[in-house]
Amino acid sequence: MSSPEREITFGEAVKEAIATEMRRDELVILMGEDVGAAGSVFKILLGLHEEFGPDRVIDTPIAEAGYVGLGVGAALTGMRPIVDIMFGDFMALAMDQIVNQAAKLRYMSGGQATVPLTIRATMGAGRSSAAQHSQSLHAWASHIPGLKVVVPSTPADVLGLFPTAVRDDNPVLFFEDKMMYAVKGTAPETVDPIPFGVADVKREGSDVTLIATSSMVLVAFAAAETLADDGISCEIVDPRTMVPLDTDTLVQSASKTGHAVIIDEGCRSFGVGAELASVVYEGAFDYLDAPIVRLGAMDVPVPFTKPLEDATIPNETDVVRAVKEMLG
Amino acid sequence: MNDETKKTIYRNMLRIRRFEEQIFEVYTGGLMHGLAHLYIGEEAVAVGVCSALRDDDYITSTHRGHGHCVAKGGNLDQMMAEVLGRVTGYCRGKGGSMHIADMSLGILGANGIVGGGFGIATGAALSAKLRKTDQVAVCFFGDGASNQGVFFEVMNTASIWDLPVVYVCENNQYGEYTATDSVTAGDTIADRAKPFGIPSSTIDGNDVVIVHETAAAAVAGAREGKGPTLIECMTYRHRGHHVGDPGDGYRSEEERQAWQDKDPITTFRARLVDEGIDAEDLDGIDAAVQEEVADAVESAAGAPYPDVEEATHHVFA
Repeated sequence: MSSPEREITFGEAVKEAIATEMRRDELVILMGEDVGAAGSVFKILLGLHEEFGPDRVIDTPIAEAGYVGLGVGAALTGMRPIVDIMFGDFMALAMDQIVNQAAKLRYMSGGQATVPLTIRATMGAGRSSAAQHSQSLHAWASHIPGLKVVVPSTPADVLGLFPTAVRDDNPVLFFEDKMMYAVKGTAPETVDPIPFGVADVKREGSDVTLIATSSMVLVAFAAAETLADDGISCEIVDPRTMVPLDTDTLVQSASKTGHAVIIDEGCRSFGVGAELASVVYEGAFDYLDAPIVRLGAMDVPVPFTKPLEDATIPNETDVVRAVKEMLG
Repeated sequence: MNDETKKTIYRNMLRIRRFEEQIFEVYTGGLMHGLAHLYIGEEAVAVGVCSALRDDDYITSTHRGHGHCVAKGGNLDQMMAEVLGRVTGYCRGKGGSMHIADMSLGILGANGIVGGGFGIATGAALSAKLRKTDQVAVCFFGDGASNQGVFFEVMNTASIWDLPVVYVCENNQYGEYTATDSVTAGDTIADRAKPFGIPSSTIDGNDVVIVHETAAAAVAGAREGKGPTLIECMTYRHRGHHVGDPGDGYRSEEERQAWQDKDPITTFRARLVDEGIDAEDLDGIDAAVQEEVADAVESAAGAPYPDVEEATHHVFA
């Protein structure tokens, strides 16, 4: 990790990571709606079709159950497909393939089957796209044994975690917050694969632990800056993968600070935040000085109009308020 | 078809029949947990199709999957052990009747979801095409699965990409407990392939020779790059939906008797005898098969269940 740093957007990192894996292994293919010449609806894949051709960057019909199912079958028989679900909301159309087939074939076959399938899906509200193009559904996947779940928050983490996903012999859900595609970050020229199950302490602090996922890491950073002005020191912990989950790092940080706020963009009830809070309670109960606070999206379908949409998602102000109330 | 091939086909149909009869016995005898869906009456489909396949070709199967597994070369000891939940079973007792798989034989799994094999088989065909092997994938599915939306999604995709896949519909007249024609539009299921430009036919699924010849032509075409086909095999489920269902009440006695008279094994046997094969030879085949199946039950019943620690194994590779 000592190579020189460069600036790169989240979206560019996704493309670079895909291209690097496709150059490395000819069994890696990319399939999905508009992934070919159009470079995806988000335009982040432009150039892949030219480099790898239509046999490896494959435009599919708009038929999520069908093409995710094809991805499962291809993975089962020697390929290493990357399947693109344009809006994570469309996972609903492919849930049988993901939940009943991909996740379970290895177990049901007593270890015979291998399903090295990477499913990329977007998440995140904020584009005024309303309730069917804005959900953050990583909790669904995290609830199903047999699936690994990645929620990167920075371009550097994309570059490190994506190769791990593609090279993993299990189905992996790789959630990209579409609101971050244009966000720049720094990354080394060459990034080594980052193992799953290793949380990243993205900012060290001593008063409160902010456990944040995906784009909520950016929210946590903004809040931490504001709170620093008031003399409150925030530690930001990014789990990076929901499954497997690095419980030790979460527990250690919360034990150190004695306070934990969890920020996740999924709906608050029955969501990822509930699991993270339980993990911290189970491991750090004796060290906590206050009840854990969970911030999540409101338990409503994501509304279209901007003022309402913005109100449903945790933001910097919510985090600052939660921390100040917690610290009294 | 020479005499040896005919005897092999006869033997394989009998292996399915006797295996399934024993499954009913282990169920009623309390040896088997849960349920199983018997393939009795449909043997000509699995054997006719799989006898047209190479060892490295792929199949996906259904919840009524024992027949496909036997026909593709599955080991009866491991199958019976799996159905009885033993660690010596194909899936170490963790799949059971509805999930028997043998990756080494291209058996990509029976499937508990109606239509669950559509994506997998079509994806296996895509894989074969991209890897430039000349393997073919066969997707067995029932008349019930023909009403699942994913069926149409994969037919569309297989057609536009010319994938080497053969969709084999076992139309046994009933989707679980409901008559197919009461819930299925159109004249035939084969017709459903037409708008996708996929050649299809409806054939007598109880005539193993017709099934074999039709499948062989479809498989050869797929192997040569001519794309997908669909074969609808008209057949009948002699037993109920599963071992606990007597199969009456929703089916008339006349209907059941009419299909009993067209039993794929007894009709094929009569044909072989007519064609000069010694009936004693055929009796000898049956005796050997019955012994093989009895041995499978004995070895499975004597095998251990998996240790409880096994519950956490194989969640991930």
